[in-house]
Amino acid sequence: MDAIQKKLLKEVAALDALPQGAYNIRANGAGAARHTTAAIDIVTKTDKQGIDIVIKDGTKGQSVHIPVIISQSGLKEVVYNDFFIGKDCDVTIVAGCGISNCGGLDSRHDGVHSFFVGRGSKVRYIEKHYGEGSGRGKRLMDPTTVIKLEEGAVMELETAQLGGIDDTLRTTKAALAENSSLIIHDKILTAGEQRATAQMEVALNGKGSSCDLISRGVARGSSYQEVIIKLDGNAPCKGHAACDSIIMDKGVIVATPQLKAGNADAALIHEAAIGKIAGEQLLKLMTLGLSEKEAEEMIIRGFLQ
Amino acid sequence: MLELKNISFRVDEKTILEDIDLTVKDHFVAITGPNGSGKSTLLKIIMGLVRPSTGRVYLNGEDITELSVSQRANKGISFAFQQPVRFKGLRVKDLLELAGGRRQDAPACFARGCDILSEVGLCAKDYMERELDATLSGGEMKRIEIAMAAARGAKLTLFDEPEAGIDLWSFQSLIRVFENLYRSTSGTIMIISHQERILDIADKIVYLKDGKIAEYDDGKKVMEHLALAVRPPCCKAAGTAVRCAGGETR
Repeated sequence: MDAIQKKLLKEVAALDALPQGAYNIRANGAGAARHTTAAIDIVTKTDKQGIDIVIKDGTKGQSVHIPVIISQSGLKEVVYNDFFIGKDCDVTIVAGCGISNCGGLDSRHDGVHSFFVGRGSKVRYIEKHYGEGSGRGKRLMDPTTVIKLEEGAVMELETAQLGGIDDTLRTTKAALAENSSLIIHDKILTAGEQRATAQMEVALNGKGSSCDLISRGVARGSSYQEVIIKLDGNAPCKGHAACDSIIMDKGVIVATPQLKAGNADAALIHEAAIGKIAGEQLLKLMTLGLSEKEAEEMIIRGFLQ
Repeated sequence: MLELKNISFRVDEKTILEDIDLTVKDHFVAITGPNGSGKSTLLKIIMGLVRPSTGRVYLNGEDITELSVSQRANKGISFAFQQPVRFKGLRVKDLLELAGGRRQDAPACFARGCDILSEVGLCAKDYMERELDATLSGGEMKRIEIAMAAARGAKLTLFDEPEAGIDLWSFQSLIRVFENLYRSTSGTIMIISHQERILDIADKIVYLKDGKIAEYDDGKKVMEHLALAVRPPCCKAAGTAVRCAGGETR
């Protein structure tokens, strides 16, 4: 792995070396490293690009890393990764994609991740997108995440795209069974001419299911962001979505909430706020010695923390 | 030493402050006066949050009138807001460390922040990781604002009504914060207050009325003059300067 690939790996998965536990590292369209454990198996798909990650019932305290890195300009791929998580597990999955494009051709990675989370299991899923490179070629990603939570399952998603991706459509679809719970923390920063759209749909199908979705975005330069959030309450359930955005320069942000209650005991709440950084926030930090620019950076860093 | 020379401030033909000349050499100076007398505007002009219509501000002989808020902060002026500002995502720890100066190493900075939170009556363990957002009450925000000013340890610290909104915390504790701040900086504290117990310990009191300095003298003398004003029996409230219908502070 060269220096650029190592840097990408660090950006998307916080890895300086090969991780503990199971992992599958994909570099420039091919498998670069893989390790499985007694409880976590990784199998290459035979009908299309991608892998199956199979986690045995009762697996606790283990992790899986499946980062993807692309440093070859012009490479385009669609990869399907399916996660089969057994019953009563407690695992952490770290995914993410980093693209370095110093060439003139567009590079693209579209990852389609499907999660089948077994009864009573707890999954923490971290996904980070990162782009860099001075080439004219664009860095593009259209990730899709499909989630099915069985009874009593809990999944926490932490997704982040903090710059460097020129165009992205991120789609998340989740279906929740009885007493299952989904927590989504999504953060995105766009700059320049970048465009980012996020579509998140959560169907609360089971009695006692719940969803807490927090989306935070910062649009700088002339970038454009669109966030579409749909919560469908099809049973006695609780759904909360909060969409907070900071707009700067000539950035544009469109937030579209949609709540659908198909059951009289579905409690659904949506909050959305878009605004520039408050002048009083800048002034407060300036009274503590920061310049206006430093204050702005600190506020954004905290907002996306 | 702080000097204000010929400071005036007008908004839309309305005069908020007029020809203020003030020299501050003492350690603890209280500013009091009726609502709308220009107290907060005066402190904001010193910090650079508001630009005066006329006049100059000098700090230790240097004209700082044209300096930005950040530049004044870095010259040793600190400001505690009357209405503390909330931030989504930034934690108490983040701002206390910033206030404490990034010159210190992280563990020392953290320990100092914990001590200061305790001084203002908050348990560090419970509060250091809290976000400065709407989940904190007004009283908690106010204490954290005071803690930030204490952590900053500036040569000139400006407090805009620090006691407002703090109901359950004893005044003695607040006064102890001022004493500790003075001990550690040997500097000056300027504080807007209506509270007798705070005015009582002031070296000097500035009494502002209608945008002008009506009186600036030793604290005890000003308090005596204020006490001589007619105080209706119905307005006697222990330990609290009374704001009467006419706007006078008594």
